[in-house]
Amino acid sequence: MRSTNNKILNKQIRELKIKKMDKIKNLADLRDLKEKLQSKTKLRDKSESPEQMVQVKVAMATCCIASGSRETMNYIADELNKRNIDAVVTQTGCMGYCYAEPTVEVTLPGKEPVVFGYVNPAKADEIIEKYIKGGALVEGIIPVNYQKIDQ
Amino acid sequence: MKDLSYHILDIVQNSLQAGASTVCIEMTEDTEERMLILNISDNGHGMNANELKLVTDPFFTSSEKKKVGLGIPLLKQNAELTGGNFSIISRRGKGTEVSACFRTGSVDMIPQGNIASTMRLLIGSNPDVDFRYSHCKDNNVVELDTAEIRKELGNISLGCKEVLDFISDFLNTGLKDISVDNNYAINEQ
Repeated sequence: MRSTNNKILNKQIRELKIKKMDKIKNLADLRDLKEKLQSKTKLRDKSESPEQMVQVKVAMATCCIASGSRETMNYIADELNKRNIDAVVTQTGCMGYCYAEPTVEVTLPGKEPVVFGYVNPAKADEIIEKYIKGGALVEGIIPVNYQKIDQ
Repeated sequence: MKDLSYHILDIVQNSLQAGASTVCIEMTEDTEERMLILNISDNGHGMNANELKLVTDPFFTSSEKKKVGLGIPLLKQNAELTGGNFSIISRRGKGTEVSACFRTGSVDMIPQGNIASTMRLLIGSNPDVDFRYSHCKDNNVVELDTAEIRKELGNISLGCKEVLDFISDFLNTGLKDISVDNNYAINEQ
């Protein structure tokens, strides 16, 4: 099997025709993009003060990926940007709530982290609108770090 | 896993977990031989011989939070269902290389899925890792190297939305181009 694989690979390396024209055009596009971005007056450095910003962690392990966390994460990152909300969106490992994937952990500045389960793009929209913007809790919270009243 | 793009996302998570700074993803398609080879290699901390032996066991995992590790077993299963094969090479301190070969003519062959979305997510959440993606279909190649893009952009982060849009556009058009070529060839026959 390995020798067949190698045979195919060798054949393709021999016949390799990189579309050079395309590549040059793309590099030119990239330079245009750079100029456009640099002319924006303020380039924010998000890593400087993460405590001041909304932190969103999307679980991204096998169970999460199979349930569609990729779509959820791309949606959240896009929408937060579109709605001008300063936020850091990162990925994390399996939180152990595989039954409720995709799971998302949201930390508002100065507040305890809250984990939401079954977050599809529609649910993510609700979380952004109600919890991140308004601070009101929405359904679907997984009690991860609750504290007892007598503690 | 529904398609190959999810498998790629999943396997690359292992590389990132292993502290890799460079991840190479190669897809090689051969229409004539009806074969697709997916190859993912990294320079992470690798595995020792004992771990390597256990890695295709679904009940082996390096995580303490859960008791199963399904990423690699699922890829192996999907490759073998099509009549293909799976291999993994790893050396402690050097890195790991995962390789899966699919027979594309099989009814069990899974679709490729949205590769651009996977790459967008990976690059967006790990802007400092070098990702190299190359998709080779017969005589055509689409190549993406984030180290090259980073050099070109200077101090602008790859995680920025405009850059990610550029990358997904580039991949979408590139991958569409090479598959269109092929459809045309089939129609002519």
